[in-house]
Amino acid sequence: MDFLVAHFSQAVFLFLAFFSLGGAVGVVVLRQPVHAALSLLASFLGVAGLFVLARGEFLAAVQVLVYAGGVMVLFLFVIMFVNVRAVGKEAQYLRPLVPLAVVGGLLFSALALTAMWALGRRPPADAFPLVSVAGQEVGNTEAVGWILYREYLLPFEVVSVLLLVAMVGAIVLGRKPKEMEKA
Amino acid sequence: MNAQVSVLLPELLLAGMGIFILLVGVLGRGSQRLAFFLANFGVLASMVAVVGVGERGTETFFAGMLQLDRFALFFRLLFLASALLVVWLSRPFLQRAQQTAWEYYALILFATLGMCFLASGVHLAGLYVSLELMALSSYILAGYFRGEVKSHEAATKYFVLGALSSGILIYGLSLMYGATGSLSLAEVSQKLAAGPRSVAATAGMFLLLAGMLFKVAAVPFHVWTPDVYEGAPTPMTAFFSVGPKAAAFAMLVRVLWVGLAPAAADWRLLVSWVAAATMVWGNVAALTQDNVKRMLAYSSIAHAGYTLLGVLAGGPLGTQSVLFYMLVYAVTNLGAFGLVVLLAAKEYAGEKVADFRGLAHRQPVAAFAMLLFLLSLGGIPPTAGFMGKLYLFAAAVHAGYAWLAVVGVIMSAVSLYYYFRIVKEMYLASAGEGEGVAVLSEAWGVRALVVCALATLLFGVYPTSALAFLAPAAKIVPW
Amino acid sequence: MVTIGHYLVLSSVLFAIGAGGVLLRRNGIATLLGIELMLNAANVAFVAFAKQHGNLEGQVVVFFVMAVAAAEVAVGLALLVAIFRRLQSIDVDRLSAMRW
Repeated sequence: MDFLVAHFSQAVFLFLAFFSLGGAVGVVVLRQPVHAALSLLASFLGVAGLFVLARGEFLAAVQVLVYAGGVMVLFLFVIMFVNVRAVGKEAQYLRPLVPLAVVGGLLFSALALTAMWALGRRPPADAFPLVSVAGQEVGNTEAVGWILYREYLLPFEVVSVLLLVAMVGAIVLGRKPKEMEKA
Repeated sequence: MNAQVSVLLPELLLAGMGIFILLVGVLGRGSQRLAFFLANFGVLASMVAVVGVGERGTETFFAGMLQLDRFALFFRLLFLASALLVVWLSRPFLQRAQQTAWEYYALILFATLGMCFLASGVHLAGLYVSLELMALSSYILAGYFRGEVKSHEAATKYFVLGALSSGILIYGLSLMYGATGSLSLAEVSQKLAAGPRSVAATAGMFLLLAGMLFKVAAVPFHVWTPDVYEGAPTPMTAFFSVGPKAAAFAMLVRVLWVGLAPAAADWRLLVSWVAAATMVWGNVAALTQDNVKRMLAYSSIAHAGYTLLGVLAGGPLGTQSVLFYMLVYAVTNLGAFGLVVLLAAKEYAGEKVADFRGLAHRQPVAAFAMLLFLLSLGGIPPTAGFMGKLYLFAAAVHAGYAWLAVVGVIMSAVSLYYYFRIVKEMYLASAGEGEGVAVLSEAWGVRALVVCALATLLFGVYPTSALAFLAPAAKIVPW
Repeated sequence: MVTIGHYLVLSSVLFAIGAGGVLLRRNGIATLLGIELMLNAANVAFVAFAKQHGNLEGQVVVFFVMAVAAAEVAVGLALLVAIFRRLQSIDVDRLSAMRW
């Protein structure tokens, strides 16, 4: 019992890591798009838990709202729209692409190296800057808001234009072509 | 705070006009001509505002997000001018395709907005969202005309590979942030210079570099380019090959020479090989293409390779040569693609080399303009392309990359073969064989071509004042 | 004690799985799901680094990445719908009117 208490955060981390990685593997190997999408949902929720563990409570909430709430519904809607059964019969993977595999391997080994480098490093125990503004404790959401609307105001506005573009794009690309409307 | 908002006037005008065009389109009042003139007005007003706001030296705005130096001034004017010419070139295409185009013009304006922020951004978070704004607008524009399967295919490939590259880029940014604790280019540079570099910084640097090289279409990150350029509507191909490419180079120069300058020895090694591979493969692959758009796509890959020489060289000379080449390349390439836009009787014609057959006999002026653009792309005097390449190669030699300059000169010679295939069809094939296609004389399209042709000649014969204007822009590079 | 290394190992594996999904799967929807995984991997790294540096910049960037991811999904899915209308399939390998 003492062991569990001492290693509680590690146990939680392993549990969440299992969820996020298991979900990720499911995304790649599951044949049916619905299953893959639901598997991604598990991964998203695991990552949201990791955000809480790393003192990103606001981001965890946004992760659940945006991904589980918005993105996932969009995915499921489109999966229902296209004929899922027809999709399932086709071959699942592209023919092995050697150059891609090489690039992927290099990429992954670079990342693995980085991870090795980081293994020995410890995060500062004090997460106070993540929940404070000008030395006063206010909570993570307020602290993020403070920096988001001051230092990061300009990217924030650019992102708002980006979302408008996405909306316009979804309408433009998604609407039926004229000749199809007549048919 | 007021003073700060006022420096955003050019961008605000662009965004405001984009939204206004969307609104007018939704209300359904007004003709296509109105959309065209609104787009023109928005871009021109923004250009005036860019000049009005002017340069603000090394001062940063919005908490270190933007820096409005000569570099930013030049690139924003270049993007706006390219957008204007693309809007003009779109007019004949849109009329022929009989498409409604409200969203089309608005998306061009939004893409240009993203590019403007890429030119002035000095913070990696701001650069990332600007890059995404530009890229997302481009994906939609590539698939805008849904009559053709090719257009879908182009948009999908652009989208999937673009999203992949931006995923790699953002992962690189996260590692860079982990290694330095900041995303501001100036602070990243300080941290990198301060001590021995960590593994995370190196890995982050290379991932970031890979993401940016993808956007400039350098080998081996070029695979999307031929398909996207071939499948996208031709005015959009002209736009992609000039605007987003120049914007990516602006970002590349700024990030490499301001943020990652302390690690120059490492990335220079990689970039030099990438530049060599890009020049060789772009030109060799172009040799066998029968589709003009595809040929020009490979040629644009090759030109990215030449430009990388200037990026590598760095210093005032190298940076100046990159900026000058982007200017030269923009007018030349817009002209070449513009002729393909006009050279069409039906939607996707004017794409085969054979479509140019006997053009000199039927329409000598148009053929001469194409000749001019092809000479400039091949780097033959007295065109702008020659001066541009001269400065790039001189900068490369000066910085100790003589071998790359040699590769560049050899590959330029190779490139003449495929450029002259078109020239041969235009001038040497007899008119009687007449499979060729006529050039339309739509007023705005012709105006755009005239501007491009004059600029191609002007910068070739008299580059001095342009270079003098660009010299202070090169000062963003600390040495 | 959970160190930055734990997060980075997790994040790099997540990134590799996502990239594998994008590169290998033929189904257009699976490709988009893979892109989401890659962006999530970057987010995990950002949040972990933000904690290590005691600096909120990393968390703010994650907010932007999420917005970008949502925008990309909207456009990507609209493209898939358009392709499905035309080809009755969302197999990206079938898009081969041009040489790949």
